[in-house]
Amino acid sequence: MATAVIAPERENYLNQEYGIKSWLLTVDHKRIALLYLVSITFFFFIGGFFALLIRLELLTPAGDLVQADTYNKLFTMHGQVMVFFFLIPSIPAVLGNFLVPLMIGARDLAFPRINLLSWYLYIIAGILMLHCMLTGGVDTGWTFYTPFSTAFSNTKVIEAGLAIFISGFSSILTGLNFVVTIHRMRAPGMTWNRLPLFIWAHYATSIIQLLGTPVIAVTLVLVVLERALHLGIFDPTRGGDPLLFQHLFWFYSHPAVYIMILPSMGVVTEIVPCFSRKRIFGYNFVAMSSIAIAVFGFLVWAHHMFVAGISLYSALIFSALSYLVAVPSAIKVFNWTATMYKGSIRFSTPMLYAFGFIGLFTMGGLTGLFLAALGIDVHVTDTYFVIAHFHYIMVGGAVMGYLGGMHFWWPKISGRMYPESLGRFSALIVFLGFNLTFFPQFILGYLGMPRRYWQYPPEFQVLNVLSTAGSTILAVGYLLPMVYFLWSMRYGKLAPANPWGASGLEWTTTSPPPTFNFEHTPVVDWEAYDYENIPAPEEARVAG
Amino acid sequence: MPDSPVAVEHHEPMLQHHFADMEQQRQASSLGMWLFLATEVMFFGGMFCAYLIYRYWYFADFATASKSLDITLGTVNTAVLICSSLTVVLAVRAAQLGKRQSQVVYLALTLVLGLAFLGIKGIEWTSKFKEHHVPGASFHFEGSVPGHPDQPVDQQHAQIFFSLYFAMTGMHALHMVIGVGIFSYLLYCAWKGRYTPEYHTPLENSGLYWHFVDIIWIYLFPLLYLIDRKK
Repeated sequence: MATAVIAPERENYLNQEYGIKSWLLTVDHKRIALLYLVSITFFFFIGGFFALLIRLELLTPAGDLVQADTYNKLFTMHGQVMVFFFLIPSIPAVLGNFLVPLMIGARDLAFPRINLLSWYLYIIAGILMLHCMLTGGVDTGWTFYTPFSTAFSNTKVIEAGLAIFISGFSSILTGLNFVVTIHRMRAPGMTWNRLPLFIWAHYATSIIQLLGTPVIAVTLVLVVLERALHLGIFDPTRGGDPLLFQHLFWFYSHPAVYIMILPSMGVVTEIVPCFSRKRIFGYNFVAMSSIAIAVFGFLVWAHHMFVAGISLYSALIFSALSYLVAVPSAIKVFNWTATMYKGSIRFSTPMLYAFGFIGLFTMGGLTGLFLAALGIDVHVTDTYFVIAHFHYIMVGGAVMGYLGGMHFWWPKISGRMYPESLGRFSALIVFLGFNLTFFPQFILGYLGMPRRYWQYPPEFQVLNVLSTAGSTILAVGYLLPMVYFLWSMRYGKLAPANPWGASGLEWTTTSPPPTFNFEHTPVVDWEAYDYENIPAPEEARVAG
Repeated sequence: MPDSPVAVEHHEPMLQHHFADMEQQRQASSLGMWLFLATEVMFFGGMFCAYLIYRYWYFADFATASKSLDITLGTVNTAVLICSSLTVVLAVRAAQLGKRQSQVVYLALTLVLGLAFLGIKGIEWTSKFKEHHVPGASFHFEGSVPGHPDQPVDQQHAQIFFSLYFAMTGMHALHMVIGVGIFSYLLYCAWKGRYTPEYHTPLENSGLYWHFVDIIWIYLFPLLYLIDRKK
C-alpha cells in the first residue's frame, strides 16, 4: 500500500472513468469482459444452487426433498443455466474478451459496439430465463427433446427456448468479433505462427460458434413454432420426425462441448510453458489440433443417438469419427506433458489448476471413448456414467481451465495479487471435491443407475452419499476464489506488469492496462513462448 | 501507424479510434459481414435440411401441395427481387462515383421493390389462410396424388409441406422486413450525403445482406413452387 501513497495510481481502464454509466455504456473490451464476469458468476451460482438441490435430493433413496415434477425442473434448469448462461460464455466472453486484443497488440476488438450489444443480448436472455424460472420453470431436460417439449410438457418451454435463442445471438456476435479481430487487427510482426495458442484456441472456438449456433437457433424457432402453432415437423403423430430434431439439436450441441473445452485448453497452453519456463512443445501441432477439434467436432453429433433408432451403418461411421476426436485431444495432452519434461516447474496456483485440468480432462476424454464404442454405449446410455463423463469434461475440464485462467490473469485484470497460499488451497479443494462428487457416479452408472430420476434403489445409497458430500466440498472450493478475489481488489499486493515472468504481449503493458492497451502499438520481432529470453519472475519483479 | 489516441484525431472523420487506417476498418467490416452471412446460411440450412428429408419421404404429397401455390405471383415476386438487387448494385456504384442524387433514387427504388415483394407475399399468404392451408386445427387440403386421381393426398404430409412453406417464406420475409428497415436508414443517410467515394462501407455491407436475402429466395422459389410442374 505504501507505493500507492507515494505515487498516485497511474491512469488505467478501471480508473479512467467512474460511475454506473461509464460501465453500462462502455465499449472498452476490458470493461465488457468485467460486465460478463459479474453476470456469468451470478448465473454460475444459480446453476450451482440447482445442482446442490439435486445432490441433496439424491442423498436418500426415497423422493423426500422434492417431488418428481420439481426434480425434473431442477435438472433441466441446472443444465440450461450452466450450459447456455455460464459455460458457453465463460472463457471466451470474460478472458477472451479481455485478452484477445491485448495478446495480438490491438487497441480493441474489431467491433466494440457489437461487443457491448452481445452483453446486452446476454442480459436480456438472462432476464427472460430468470423470469421463466421464477414463474414455473421448464421440465424438458436441457435437450428440449420432441415431441415431449412440443406437445406434452405443461411448463414454460417457449420462454426458455426464446431465452436460449437470444443468448445464442450473443454467442455468435462474440465469435464473429474474435474471428475478424484475429484476422484484421494483429500488430505489425504478429504473424499467424507467432500468435499465442490461446488465440488459436479462441479462433477455433469462434468458428464453432459461428457455424453451429445458427443451427440450434433455427431448431429452437421450429420447436417454438411447433408448440405454438402445431406445425408438426417434429411430431410423429402428424407425420413429423423426432429424430430430425435430435440431429439438428446435436449438430450444435455436440460442437458446443468444444466451445466449452477449447478455450480451457488455450488457457492451459499459456500456463504450462510459463510455469515450466520452457517453450511450448510442438507449437504447430497444438495450434492445428485446435482447428482439428473444431472440424471433427462437427462430424460426430449422432453418437448421442446410438439408441435412438438411427441406422446401424451410420452409427458405425459416427462411432469411428468420434474416436478420431481423441487424436487431436491426445496431441494436446502429450504436448503439455512434453513441455513440462525437464522444465523448472513452479507449483503456483494457475499451474495447480492446469495440472487438475490435464488429469480430469484425460479421464473425461477416455471415458468418452467408452461412450463412442457402440456396444458399451448401449449398456451405459442414460445412466450416471454419461453424467460423470461429461462433468469431467465440462466441470473438471472447462471450469478448472476457467479458474486457472482467472488466477493467471487476475493480476493483469485487477492490478492486484491474490493470496497465493489460499489460491493453492482452493485448487486442491476443487480437485478433491470434484473427484469425490463425480467419480462415484461412474460406478453408479456402470451398475445401472439411470439419470434424471429423483429416487433410486437403496443399494446405491453409499455412492450417492459420497457424491453429495463431494458436492459440498466443491461448493466451498468455488466460493473461496470469489471471496479472496473480491478481498484482493482492495487489500491485495499491487501487481507488477509481469508477475509470472510470462511471455505474451499482454504482460508488456501495465497492470491493469490503460484504456487503449498499449502506449505505443507494439512491433513483434520474436517468436511465441520465448522463455529462453524472458527473465524468471523474481528478476522480473525487481525490474518491473 | 498512429501511436496514441490523440494522433488519430481526426484526419479521417469516419475512422474509429481502434483502427490504424480506413483500409483496415473497411476490411474488418467487410469480413464481419461475410461471416454474419455464413451464420445466416447455417440458419436457413436447418430448414432446408428438414425440407430435403420430408420432400424425399413424401414426394407425391409435396408435389400436389406445391401446385396449389400461385406460380404467377411467385414468378412476379422473383422478378421483383432480382430487380431490387440490381438497384442496390447501382446505388453502391453511385456512391463509388460520388453521385448523391442517383444514390437516393436507387435506394428509394430498392425500398419500393422490397415493399412490393412483401405486399405480394402478403396477398399469397392471405389466400392460403382463406383456403385453410395454414397448419393447425382447421387445416384442410384437397387434392390427389399425381397420376392417381382417385387417391387423395395425405393431410398430414400436406400439412408438413405448408409448415415448411410458412416457416421458410416467413423467415425470409422477416429478413426482408429487417432489410427494408436498414435501407430506410441508408436512404436517410444518403439523402444527408454521408456516403462518399472514400467512405460507403455501410452501403456495401447492407448491399451484401440484401443480395443474400435475394439468393435465399432464388432457392426457395424452385424448391417450393416448382416441384414436378411438368405436365
